[in-house]
Amino acid sequence: MITARNEVLGRIRAALADLPADGADSEVPRKYRRAHHDTGLVDLFAERAADYRAVVRHTLPDELPAVLHAAARVRTLLVPPGVPEKWLRGIEPGRLLLDGPALTPAVLDAVDAVVVTGCAVAIAETGTVVLDHGPGQGRRMLSLVPDHHLVVVCADQVVADVPEALARLDPRRPLTFVSGPSATSDIELTRVEGVHGPRDLEIVLVSHG
Amino acid sequence: MSGTYLGMPAFPRAARAAVADTQLRRNLEHATGTIRGRRAEVVAELDDWAELRAAGAAIKDHTLRHLDRYLVQLEEAITAAGGTVHWARDAAEANRIITDLVRETGETEVVKVKSMATQEIGLNDALAEAGIMAWETDLAELIVQLDRDRPSHILVPAIHRNRAEIREIFRRAMADVPADLSDDATALAEAARRHLRRKFLAARVAVSGVNFAVAETGTLVVLESEGNGRMCLTMPDTLISVVGIEKLVPTWADLEVFLQLLPRSSTAERMNPYTSTWTGVHPGDGPQALHVVLVDNGRTGVLADRVGRQALRCIRCSACLNVCPVYERVGGHAYGSVYPGPIGAILTPQLRGTAGPLEASLPYASTLCGACYEVCPVAIDIPEVLVHLRAKAVDAKRRRVLPTAERAAMAAAAWTLGGPRRLGMAQRAAARARRLVGRLRWPLTGWAESRDVPTPAPESFRAWWRRTRGRTE
Repeated sequence: MITARNEVLGRIRAALADLPADGADSEVPRKYRRAHHDTGLVDLFAERAADYRAVVRHTLPDELPAVLHAAARVRTLLVPPGVPEKWLRGIEPGRLLLDGPALTPAVLDAVDAVVVTGCAVAIAETGTVVLDHGPGQGRRMLSLVPDHHLVVVCADQVVADVPEALARLDPRRPLTFVSGPSATSDIELTRVEGVHGPRDLEIVLVSHG
Repeated sequence: MSGTYLGMPAFPRAARAAVADTQLRRNLEHATGTIRGRRAEVVAELDDWAELRAAGAAIKDHTLRHLDRYLVQLEEAITAAGGTVHWARDAAEANRIITDLVRETGETEVVKVKSMATQEIGLNDALAEAGIMAWETDLAELIVQLDRDRPSHILVPAIHRNRAEIREIFRRAMADVPADLSDDATALAEAARRHLRRKFLAARVAVSGVNFAVAETGTLVVLESEGNGRMCLTMPDTLISVVGIEKLVPTWADLEVFLQLLPRSSTAERMNPYTSTWTGVHPGDGPQALHVVLVDNGRTGVLADRVGRQALRCIRCSACLNVCPVYERVGGHAYGSVYPGPIGAILTPQLRGTAGPLEASLPYASTLCGACYEVCPVAIDIPEVLVHLRAKAVDAKRRRVLPTAERAAMAAAAWTLGGPRRLGMAQRAAARARRLVGRLRWPLTGWAESRDVPTPAPESFRAWWRRTRGRTE
């Protein structure tokens, strides 16, 4: 019996019979820009992220712990393994929760905490942060189920545009591109924030010292 | 979902009913008008849009040109990354494969990410027959599912409903609806969030489509806004992704083109809120079983048509629907397919063949104004394909033994236009018959039904020239 796989592949070859078999086809024209801006990328990123209703804060490396300290006064900080210790300097252990297998989906859903993660790269043109869920970024569920997500973006992680971002990323990792909090435009094309993903997205942008 | 497209009337009949629905026309005019303006703004931000569009079209053409090779490469990459690949010749085979995969897990419920491919194959009905409930989790899909309605737009399936109507649907059909639900969009979205959250947290099996599949790496990509996609792709143990064979791009770097083209064309955003990519199974994170079902279901037939194959470049952005004067007035249901609007008018007849009256009528569901071609991010020349499909329909009729009224008229026209004397006689006859226009008799009544009959000129140009030699009195 001919398998579905062989039949579909056979149909494709028959369908393309009018084209020369040697595969001589024209080059893909790649005359588009690698970037639409080349200066002021960090400011552009901040502006574009805020456009999509992310809350953006600027800080300096030395002041990052103070920013997170302030956040910890409102809610417990929920952090994945691998978050740099220097970020969390001075935060009381009681205000800190470390992610692990014990935090089931139901626990993550009920917890009143702000999830603090890093990111892999940020895209200025589109105001996007990309998580590759490596150390300091947590499993995908962590930055999805709780209601508040705070992402720390270092200035040297900001690239101009999509092509440069993809070049920096490893597709073998699971990736999540985040542009603002979750939203829907399904009702009369009116944008409403906060559907199934976190309702709040806060971006802390750490400038070069 | 009970909505079915079987036995749909031909486009003109369905369109007539839709045009008479003033509420529907108001809803569509508001929604398509809004998104048209926003799309134009974000597209204008990129001064290299034409170059991106040319690259997008060329990448898709190149992929289709070597589709057999790229599909095999995708299969190898997914398998190497811990996924399992299945092949389906048609909808029935795809549904059988997916149903069996769900059964093997022992589950009787699945959560679904909005997917055109699963709608095309009628997956929800097939699963229901097997006793498996499929929960749509995209807000607009949920509205359509609760209302036992059919989607009318590729991106916003409930575009034909306004807030008040949506509130009524929720109050009628959503089990845990708040008693005091208002028609505020935020409140409606909140109700959907509460309704679906328990499903997400308990879900063991999810079914998704994909926007792109990268042959080189085996990476699958879903673009979305609400986070329901992330929930379905992350929380369950088993993920079944249904992929039309035209969804491929060769390399990871090729996505740099489509991640710019698609969000701006589709939701008119610089970037949609969430894009997820995954490659096989990621230990300790997300589903630990991944099944990918590659579906043909008529696509290889489209590929065989030299003019029509460009329809397979489509990335399902729906920009062509939003600019189409016909779509704006009749809505999506009249197109009788999950693919409405201009792209549906060329895709549906090609995927299903033109034997049915609906499919045969779709190539005519257009004014050939060309707005769809202009906004298409992968430069599908929809008017060209429409005209090509019309020509094919005429050729098919030519093989019939009995002449049709149209053929008889065309034969007469050919004779008349074949010589200057014959044309002159006909023009004089037409001038004398001016007063009769508007009282056309069969077989011309069909033609005149949806058109204004032009009144013939009292005098032909040639007669006027002979009389005056171009002097204006």
